[in-house]
Amino acid sequence: MGYVAVRGGTEAITEAMKMLRYFRLKGGSRPLEVRQIQEQLRLAVDRVMSEGSLYAPFHAALALKQAEGDTIEASFILRAYRSTLPRSYVSLPADTRQMRILRRISAAFKDIPGGQLLGPTRDYTQRLLDFTLVEEGEEQVAEFIEEYLKDLDIPEEIPSFPKVIELLRLEGLLAEEEPVKPEPPDITREPLTFPAPRQAALQVLARGETGGLLALAYSSMKGYGDIHPTIGELRVGYVPLRLKDSWGREVYAGRVLVTEAEVIARLEAVGEKGKPQFTLGYGLCFGHNELKAISMAVLDRAMRSTRPQVPAEDQEFVLSIVDGIESSGFAAHYKLPHYITFQSDLDRLRTARRYKGGEVE
Amino acid sequence: MRFAELVPPRRTGYNFAFLDEYTKREVRRKILKAVALPGYQVPFASRELPIARGWGTGGLQITLSLLGPHDVLKVIDQGCDGSVNAVNLRQLVVLTTGIKTTFDTTQATIIQTRHRIPEEPLTEKQILVLQVPYPDALRIVEPSERKTRQMHAEQDYSRMWVYLYEDIVRWGEITIGARYPVLVHGRYIMDPSPIPRWDVPKLNMAETLYLFGAGREKRIYAIPPYTRVVPLEFKDHPFRVEDFSGQACFRCGSVNSFLDEIYDSRTGRKVYACSDTAYCDKRLGMRFSAGRNGL
Repeated sequence: MGYVAVRGGTEAITEAMKMLRYFRLKGGSRPLEVRQIQEQLRLAVDRVMSEGSLYAPFHAALALKQAEGDTIEASFILRAYRSTLPRSYVSLPADTRQMRILRRISAAFKDIPGGQLLGPTRDYTQRLLDFTLVEEGEEQVAEFIEEYLKDLDIPEEIPSFPKVIELLRLEGLLAEEEPVKPEPPDITREPLTFPAPRQAALQVLARGETGGLLALAYSSMKGYGDIHPTIGELRVGYVPLRLKDSWGREVYAGRVLVTEAEVIARLEAVGEKGKPQFTLGYGLCFGHNELKAISMAVLDRAMRSTRPQVPAEDQEFVLSIVDGIESSGFAAHYKLPHYITFQSDLDRLRTARRYKGGEVE
Repeated sequence: MRFAELVPPRRTGYNFAFLDEYTKREVRRKILKAVALPGYQVPFASRELPIARGWGTGGLQITLSLLGPHDVLKVIDQGCDGSVNAVNLRQLVVLTTGIKTTFDTTQATIIQTRHRIPEEPLTEKQILVLQVPYPDALRIVEPSERKTRQMHAEQDYSRMWVYLYEDIVRWGEITIGARYPVLVHGRYIMDPSPIPRWDVPKLNMAETLYLFGAGREKRIYAIPPYTRVVPLEFKDHPFRVEDFSGQACFRCGSVNSFLDEIYDSRTGRKVYACSDTAYCDKRLGMRFSAGRNGL
């Protein structure tokens, strides 16, 4: 009898948890080590850190294991863990010019000061399924790594790379950045209201869901909007973070891997005497996630349109829907029982049908 | 009550009632503001919980912020204490507080609920916390939060009234089933959360404090005791609750409670049963287990 089935919730939940564990392990292969996930599923870990809004590679890898590879679920677990952590310090603003670069490209100029650095990328490879990976053995791996490092030419000094967009700014071709508040708002501690300041908007995008950002940015690129971005510079690398300790001293706290995108967008007559200038969209996220950083930069620029006309330019629309934890949670909640609301709707439908059938006036 | 009593060392490694004390204090301040402005949606910095957004995180943050070690909690979903999500939320609270829980509506000091107000009358000593998916009743006529905030500020509710009017013209009746909009204290139009219309009259001049929490939408609002709460209606189209005339609960025989339509899995026959299972059990003379382990 259906009435009885809705009870006994505790037992049902316990059994469901057991089944989850069974389905993860029933194949009989060796349990995954968290370290393997952290090292070999690097991009998934980066995505989870970014969407989970917590820079913690080990914890992100653990969440991925627990979530059986579902990045949204893993980000949710990490986000929930994050909210239990004390916030002891706030870092000082980081300068991405000091980034230790893994990869850096510009689509705007052929030659840039410091040069284009392809770095670890699949961009110019054929996407052929690589069957040699099926038999990848430990000896082979060790041999490859030894061989690779042997021929590597490591520079004595870490080079620093000037920003490509600085070239444009020096010539006055790029709009100056609007001044920002020295104490940025914190969207996790203060409710977001609209119109949101750009600093708050960037925070929302930085922890947004990659697929969500991509779809919205793509809508603008595809023609629902008028951004037509040129990638001024895309950087992937480690940024040093510093903070002030209790005695007011600046201390090095560690480094975080980030992806940064600066897209140059259409003209706007904003300069002196209304002369046209380029404008900039900015994207930055934890880890190596180029699609997210580019999408974020496009949306940052689109949302600052003076006359918003399409969804990607509507700040409230974009910021209210890009969070993966919120959207996935709500989409999943429809699985919860809705007996009551449905009963209420049934009652309304039956009355409306009687009305249309002429049974009531 | 001393502060130290509120934060006993717990085996879970989490603070009493999961949230840190600063967060609880912020939520309580927002609750006070909500109580001072009946029906007004107060923004709050909703925290992420180990429960998914949309699954009761707003109500849960209110409950966790209010709970003390001597409270007795009841959690229901669709009127049922044993429903899977109610069990899950109750377990989180019990795990992080160790407080007593109950199924008996009259024994609870705080009741967290989704989609129902219990059938048994609530008293001044109780607080009912409702989980809210859409905090703004105007959302059906205006998607933008920025605009609805302005509409509320100016008490510009004309589009809502036109919507209801057009509904009547088209369907012969207002088609809103649950989440029926109400006017609170003659000032704000409010979404009472997806309770059935059956429960709406219980909000008017009630003895109990009603608190509404929307975690995903980051809003808290309240109906303080003895507040006028009027469903939106026209003189020639008065508000009416769901019609169960001629039906009775097949278990307890109640003809005065909100009923669920159920199809018997063996016979396929349609029967009706109380959605408030604790009320139904009580009528059948069943005893409640009030224990530390919830269900």
